[in-house]
Amino acid sequence: MPRLLFEKKGSAVWISHLDLMRLFQRAFKRAGLLLTHTQGFNPRPSVSIALPLSVGVESSCELLDFDLCGDPVSDAEIRDRLNDALVDGVRVLEVYDNGRKLRDLSLLRCAVSLEYDAGVLEGAVERLKGFFAADSIVVPKRTKNGVQDQDIIPMIRQIMITLKDENTIQIEALVCCQNPTLNPMQISAAIDLHLPDLKADFASCRRIEIYDSQEMIFR
Amino acid sequence: MTNLLQRLLPAVQKPARYTGGEFNEIKKDPCDVRVRVAFCFPDTYEIGMSNVGMRILYGVMNEMDGVWCERVFAPWGDMEQAMRENDLPLWALESQDPVKDFDMIAFTIGYEMCYTNILNMLSLAKVPLHSKDRSGLKNIVFAGGVCAFNPEPLADFIDFFSLGEGEEITPEILSLYDRAKAEGWTKERFLEAVSKIPGIYVPSFYEHTYNEDGTLEAVTPKKGAPEVVTKRIIEDLDNAYYPTKMIVPSTEIVHDRANLEVFRGCIRGCRFCQAGFSCRPVRKKSAEVLYRQAVETLEDSGHNEITLSSLSTSDYRELKRLTDAMIPYCEDNRVSLSVPSLRADNFSRELMQKLQTLRKSGLTFAPEAGTQRLRDVINKNLTEEEILTTCANAFSGGWNNVKLYFMLGLPTETDEDVLGIAELVYKIIQSWKENASNKKRGLRVHVATAYFVPKPHTPFQWEKQITTEEYLRRCRLLKSHFYSKSIEYNYHTPDLSRLEAVMARGDRRIGPVIEEAARRGARLDGWDEYFNYQHWLDAFEACGVDADFYTVRGYGEDELLPWDMIDVGVTKTFLLRERKQAYGESVTPDCRHGCSGCGANKLLKEVRCDA
Repeated sequence: MPRLLFEKKGSAVWISHLDLMRLFQRAFKRAGLLLTHTQGFNPRPSVSIALPLSVGVESSCELLDFDLCGDPVSDAEIRDRLNDALVDGVRVLEVYDNGRKLRDLSLLRCAVSLEYDAGVLEGAVERLKGFFAADSIVVPKRTKNGVQDQDIIPMIRQIMITLKDENTIQIEALVCCQNPTLNPMQISAAIDLHLPDLKADFASCRRIEIYDSQEMIFR
Repeated sequence: MTNLLQRLLPAVQKPARYTGGEFNEIKKDPCDVRVRVAFCFPDTYEIGMSNVGMRILYGVMNEMDGVWCERVFAPWGDMEQAMRENDLPLWALESQDPVKDFDMIAFTIGYEMCYTNILNMLSLAKVPLHSKDRSGLKNIVFAGGVCAFNPEPLADFIDFFSLGEGEEITPEILSLYDRAKAEGWTKERFLEAVSKIPGIYVPSFYEHTYNEDGTLEAVTPKKGAPEVVTKRIIEDLDNAYYPTKMIVPSTEIVHDRANLEVFRGCIRGCRFCQAGFSCRPVRKKSAEVLYRQAVETLEDSGHNEITLSSLSTSDYRELKRLTDAMIPYCEDNRVSLSVPSLRADNFSRELMQKLQTLRKSGLTFAPEAGTQRLRDVINKNLTEEEILTTCANAFSGGWNNVKLYFMLGLPTETDEDVLGIAELVYKIIQSWKENASNKKRGLRVHVATAYFVPKPHTPFQWEKQITTEEYLRRCRLLKSHFYSKSIEYNYHTPDLSRLEAVMARGDRRIGPVIEEAARRGARLDGWDEYFNYQHWLDAFEACGVDADFYTVRGYGEDELLPWDMIDVGVTKTFLLRERKQAYGESVTPDCRHGCSGCGANKLLKEVRCDA
C-alpha cells in the first residue's frame, strides 16, 4: 500500500482525527484519484492514518496509508494533485511505496511550548531541568476506564528545556509513541500538577519527527 | 504569543467549527473591498452550513466586485461562556475580524425559535440590539428567509427585511449600500432609498396602532414606504446563479453532502404548510442544467453523496430523465444519490428500487392525520391505500423499518381522528406480518406526533392552537392505544410549539418578550440541551404579554393581521376560500389537475407557472 507523509498546521490543527479521514477521502476524489474501498457490508474508502493526532496539536510527520484503483499515477503527481485539493494547513510532503511496518514506529520527537503572559519566572528553566531529572513523575491520565496514574519518566528518552523568548519556555523531548504511548501534553500536565507556580498561561504542542526504536527516522 | 481565540479553542467541543479555513472558503484582500458583509446564521455551524439558501447567497455576494461576504454562526454554549469570560467579541470565520467592524450584518431566518439567537449573536458581537440605537451606516442589520414573511416580532431589531428569493435583490441592496457609503449618506437616507427597492420592508417606516381588545387597528406607512411589499422571486432558475464551488466543511455537519434544488414552489397545497403556499409559484429547472450542476458540484467538492431537494421531489416533471442520467454517473463514481420526500406512486417505487442498489434508506410517511376525513380537511392527499400498498411492497422487498409523522391539534380534530392514527399503525403491522420476506429482525414502527402550529400565509393562519393540556391529553390517549412492542412513539414537547405559534403569528409587542427572554438567558431554544421554558414564561410576565392571545385565541377573518402588508403571491381571498373548503372537508386538487387560482402566478412576468 502506498503511504504519504503530510503536515498539519495553522487552523487545520483543529480538525479531529475522524474529520481528517473524511477530508482526505474527499480530497482524493477532488484530485481525481479513485480510492479502493474496503470489502463488507458498509464499504469505506481505504485510507488510514498511523498515529491519531490530538485536536489542537501541530505536526510535520503524519503518515497516511491509502490504496488507489484506476490508471497508475506517479508519486509526485499524487502529491501535487492532492495538495491542490487539500485545505490550508494540510500539505502532503512526500508520497512513496513500501513504507515500513507501522508496528516498528516507536519514538516521537515533540516540542511543548509554555507561554507566560507576565514573563518567564527567574530560574524557571533550571527548576524544570531539575524536575525532569527525577526518577519518577506520576501524572493522572484519563483513559476509557477512568483516571489512572501514569509515570511519565520511563517514557521520556531525552528532554531539552530552553528559554525561547522572555515569555516562552520550549521543552523538546523524545518520547515513546507506541506501546506504551505518552501524550506530550502530559509533560505540561506534570508541571501544572507538581510545580503549580510554573503553570503556563497557555501550553501547546507540536510533533516534529518519528523514529523506530533505534532512533532511525521512520517512514 | 498565541491569540485569544486559539487559546480558547482547546477547551471547547468541535473547535473546527469556529476557525474557517475550509475548502472553497472565499478570502479577499480587505484593501480591494468596499462593502464587508457578516452573513449570520442564527444557529450552530452544523445547521447553518447545511442551509442551501445561505450557500447560494454567500456565492452571490462574493461574486460582486468590491464586496466580501463572510460567515458567522451561533457559538455553542461552552464557546459562548468562554467568549463572555474572556471578553472575545463574535468574529466572522473567513477573516476572524469582529462582526462589529462590518458594514452590513445579514441574517437568514428559517425558524421562529432561533429569534433569541439573533439577539444573542448581536450581543456577543457587541452591536446594539435595537435598530434605533445603531445610528450610522455602519452595522446595518438586515434579514431574509421564510420567517421574514411575518417580520413583526423582530421589527425593533432589524433595520430592514428582504422578502422572498435573494439572488437578485441582494446585489441590488449591496450596490445601493456601496453608493451610500461612498457618498456618506445618513442611515435614514439609506433606509428611505432601500425601501424603494421592490421586496424591501423597513419596519420603522410603518406605524402600528391597536384596538382596545388588543387586535391590530391599523398599519400606516410613512416616508413614502409602500402599503404592500411583494416578495421577490427568480423566474428563470436555469439561468439563475447557482454555486457549484461550494464550501466543503472540514468537520461533520447535519447535511454532509452535495445538495441540488430541482425546482421551487409546490403543487400540493397542504393547508397547514407555510412553504407550500409562500414559495409559490412553481418554477422548474431543466434536467440538463441539473445534471451539469450535479456533476460540477460533485467533482469540485469530492462529496460521496448528493441529494435532490425540493418541497416535493416526486412532483419534479423531469425526475425520471434526471435520475436516469444520474444513476449511472453515481454508480461509476461511488456516489450515493438520495431522493427525499418521494410520494407513494408507481414511478417512485421503481426509483426506490433502483436507488436501493446504491444504498438502502428508510421508509418514511407523513400522513399528518389519522383519518381520511381529517386528511381531506388538511388537503393531504395521501390515502390509506397508498400507504399500505407502499408498505406491503417495501416489506416484501426486505424493509422492516417505518417512520410515520402526524400532527395533533389540527382544525376539527376529534378523538376519533387521534385513534385513527393507532388504527393505521396496526394495519401497517398487519401488512408486515402478511408480507415481510424476513421476519427475523422484527418490525420497528416509529410514530411521532407534532403539536400543530398555525402559520401565516396559509389557509390555517386564523386557526386556534389547542391548549397544551389538550394536546398532552391527545398524546396520552394515543399512547394508551399502542399495545404492540414494535411501536416506538415520540411526541414533541408542547412548550416549544406553543412559543413557535406565538413567534409565527406575533406582532410588534412580542419584540420586548424576545429581548427579555434572551436577557434572562434564553438561546439555542431549538436545542433540548438549552431550551428553558421558564425564561419565556418569566419574559411574558415581565412584559405583560399574554401568550394565549397569539395561540388559543385564534384570529378573526375580518381582523387586520400583522403580516397583511406582506404579499407572498397567494391572495387572502384564496386562503379564505381554502379555509372554507377545509371546514367542508373537501379537497382541492393539486395544481397539475387544475389551477385553483391562488394568485401566485401573477408574480411571473416572463414565464408561466410550471404547476
